[in-house]
Amino acid sequence: MKPNSIAIVGTAETTELGKIPNLSQIQLHADAALNALEDVGLKPSDIDGVATAGEIPTNVAYYLGITPTWVDGTSVGGCSFMLHVRHAAAAINAGLCETVLITHGESGRSRVGVSNTWPRGATTLAGQFEMPFGVAGPPTMFTIPVLRYMKEYGLTHEQLAMVSVVQREWAAKNPRASFKEPITVEDVLDSKMIAYPFRKLQCCLVTDGGGALILTSAERAKDLPQKPVYIRGTGESVETPLISQMEDFTTSKAFRVSGQKAFEEAGIKHSDVDHLMIYDAFAHLPIYGLEDLGFCDPGCAGEFIAGRNTAPGGQLPLNTNGGGLSYMHSGMYGMYALQESVRQLRGTAAAQVENAKISIAHGVGGMFAASGTIIMSNEQL
Amino acid sequence: MAEFKKQVPRPTPETQHFWDGAKNQQLLLQQCDQCQHTYFPPRPFCPKCASREVSITEASGKATLYSYVINHRPLPGFDNPHSIAVVELEEGPRMMSNIVGCPQTPEALVLDMPLKVTFEALTDEINLPKFQPAEA
Ligand SMILES: [Zn+2]
Repeated sequence: MKPNSIAIVGTAETTELGKIPNLSQIQLHADAALNALEDVGLKPSDIDGVATAGEIPTNVAYYLGITPTWVDGTSVGGCSFMLHVRHAAAAINAGLCETVLITHGESGRSRVGVSNTWPRGATTLAGQFEMPFGVAGPPTMFTIPVLRYMKEYGLTHEQLAMVSVVQREWAAKNPRASFKEPITVEDVLDSKMIAYPFRKLQCCLVTDGGGALILTSAERAKDLPQKPVYIRGTGESVETPLISQMEDFTTSKAFRVSGQKAFEEAGIKHSDVDHLMIYDAFAHLPIYGLEDLGFCDPGCAGEFIAGRNTAPGGQLPLNTNGGGLSYMHSGMYGMYALQESVRQLRGTAAAQVENAKISIAHGVGGMFAASGTIIMSNEQL
Repeated sequence: MAEFKKQVPRPTPETQHFWDGAKNQQLLLQQCDQCQHTYFPPRPFCPKCASREVSITEASGKATLYSYVINHRPLPGFDNPHSIAVVELEEGPRMMSNIVGCPQTPEALVLDMPLKVTFEALTDEINLPKFQPAEA
């Protein structure tokens, strides 16, 4: 990808977040899309590229009345939207389309009009070699590597609990966050046991919601009303659909490959980064993310977070919307990480990082199965 | 979450030998005839060098505890709480399983502890490989 050649020019989340029993899943996509179109002052007829996950692009294009010349249905879990941004940038640069709409909508809590299915049927490898052992969804799968990490690096339960504490501090500044009440390490370690060593306050929320992004060329962005957020660097990768077959339980190969690719493309140093979003379905993910993206040495991110380096006032503001742990988590949270990066670079975030110029949104798909990384800037250079 | 019912594996042509082996109390792996790589889960080619010349080998059944969680949420067909573990086989590959024959507590489940395979009947056709402490 050519750095800074493509910009995010329209963004929005659904009008409501949290519990939305009166909207079906496809309408959550549409509500977010209509809000994003309004944000940038465009109509569905101005869109010629559609990307989505959870629904197929056909459903979204038809529902909104769009006739696209390019579609992308890449669906690798919650980071799919990072991959869509990357693919859309390449497609616009290649002349396949001019203006791309990326949508997410998920009735994660109310389950109204849900069309996607749990892809772990009895004949799949996961269905044969993982599901029969009593895994009950992400809380008992995504969490399996962490005891190995704790043994290898000496990460403590208290340090792991600090991830939730710090993110709640960010959430407290955000009127749209689901949970805003302050919590302590003791609160986290006393909360209900879900899957040892993970307790309730270390697991993400389950909510309804959606979000949408509109991308076009940096050239065309000049004529549009919002401050452009330029795509500076991008990365993606996948490792394995089976958490038991991850190469190393202390680091994600998909994270490392995706992150390194994005940094190379962007041509920036870690010290250039003003703001960071790391998809936090569970409390250990920011720890793996900080290390695999190269912000911390292996084994050091727990201490880094516990030392308040990512908290309000710290040197590296992380998950400033409150994250999947406190803001919202519909199931495919990557869209909300991108939304917060854009808000920070527009200067419109609830917990605004002063003078933020470079932001990274790093996503995970499945249980460390896939990854996407988007580096954004509000300066074209 | 209702969709997470106890799931019974349905073998495919590529995995049938594994489940036939489990039914006979054997833990079967595959080894590449070209590069000697031993691997799991089953597939009729080597994931390391892509050779289609592979042989089925029987594992010793010895393993160590690589990582785990203890699920505290009620799940049909499982004692509550119950371990969900990844074990590292003596031959190298790792696999998901449950640790049985010991208390389901952090004190009893110590990383790197030696384990041995045991088979539990899930249906008439399917035995699941599970692991218990080696000294038990
Ligand atoms: Zn081989």
